[in-house]
Amino acid sequence: MIILLTTLVITIVGIVVGYGLVYTGKKFYVEVDERETAVRECLPGNNCGACGFAGCDAMAAAIVSGQAPVNGCPVGGAPVAAKVAEIMGTTAGDVERKVAFVQCKGTCDVTHNQGNYVGIQDCRSAVLAGIPVTECGFGCLGFGSCVTACPHDAIHVINGVAVVNRMKCVGCGLCAKACPRGLIDLVPADKHVFVQCSNRDKGPLVKKVCTAGCIGCGMCQRQCEHDAIHVDNNLARITYENCIQCGKCAEKCPAKVITLPFVRNKPEASV
Amino acid sequence: MKSLILIVITSALINNVVLNQFLGICSFLGVSKQIKASASLGVAVIFVITIASAVASLLYDYILAPLGMDFMKTIVFILVIAALVQIVEMFLKKTSPAIYKALGIFLPLITTNCAVLGVALTNVQNGYNFIQSVLCGFGTAVGYTIAIVLLASIRSRIHEEDIPAPLRGAPIVLISAALMSIAFMGFSSLNF
Repeated sequence: MIILLTTLVITIVGIVVGYGLVYTGKKFYVEVDERETAVRECLPGNNCGACGFAGCDAMAAAIVSGQAPVNGCPVGGAPVAAKVAEIMGTTAGDVERKVAFVQCKGTCDVTHNQGNYVGIQDCRSAVLAGIPVTECGFGCLGFGSCVTACPHDAIHVINGVAVVNRMKCVGCGLCAKACPRGLIDLVPADKHVFVQCSNRDKGPLVKKVCTAGCIGCGMCQRQCEHDAIHVDNNLARITYENCIQCGKCAEKCPAKVITLPFVRNKPEASV
Repeated sequence: MKSLILIVITSALINNVVLNQFLGICSFLGVSKQIKASASLGVAVIFVITIASAVASLLYDYILAPLGMDFMKTIVFILVIAALVQIVEMFLKKTSPAIYKALGIFLPLITTNCAVLGVALTNVQNGYNFIQSVLCGFGTAVGYTIAIVLLASIRSRIHEEDIPAPLRGAPIVLISAALMSIAFMGFSSLNF
């Protein structure tokens, strides 16, 4: 008897609760834009935050509400932008794939550490502590804050300097945000001429601390026929819109700080 | 009146749900990485447990107990709590999206928080009436919030310390939680 009664009561409670849920669900129904779900499914979903929003969900909401461009996801790049654009009924435009590049060449054999920093082995801690870890006040500290920040295992400290694995890099820019010295820049993935130094000191000072630093001599600027490289504040910087990757600046650079690291063995790749 | 205040203090500090009864450990360890997130979860738990203990108490007093179905209380409570959390979620989503967003994933997570069920069952065990149940639920949830916010604060400090490699991650958190638990034992000597 009690078993029957129990079954009955539990069933009634279940039905009441079920109907209660259905009723509340209807009553408190919130309109969700179907496109938002669709856009969210196109995005990579690793919630890296490189787009500037709190995650892929927030990004999808921003795209649908028009606050973010359809090609706003730097990780997904062109393929994702095309899919999102299809959902949103617009065209994506061209998304340039970017990769991170560490603007420092100060490996252990060309520059040295200074002092004896024994604190937390983290670049940001070292900078906050105000201790000059490296002789060069601009160079890579080598504690690897960028390595920790990278969710894609694409950056590693090799011989005291962070090096980006361009095959793995998705250009999310998290390492650039993590670097307290601002050494990491996002460069177009199809470019391969880089100025691998960030030291803004005058030439003699640079030479004193690092044999691979930019001395700001301006040789590259004079060589360039396309107005694509300029020395500003004693440091050469490339304007990639103008650069045709001829590599003439790299040839003439006396400090060998302009590098063509990816076409070294195949000169026919450059114009 | 005095006994009601006593119930709140007892359930919040002396019989702390996490550190003394070992309920709700999962979210206690899982969500205590950031102080802000754990505070949000704490608020959500206070909200849900207070309502859940009220509903569970009414259900027990007016349906289960008179019909002699005491043995079914666990299943009924699970059913009701799960539905309740859903309803609260829908209600918040509609009426105050800001709170809904702040609570985020924590609201559905509470469904699986055994502390909610634990409180409902404890209330029945102690023979509390409606008001006592609500206060006990509220006190328990406040105790949970205190515990999780404290642990989150400790963890944010731990994060910056040089912990021996084998203890990094979960082990050091468990050790911290154990030490907190020992500290909370001090409350058991409170006399009223």
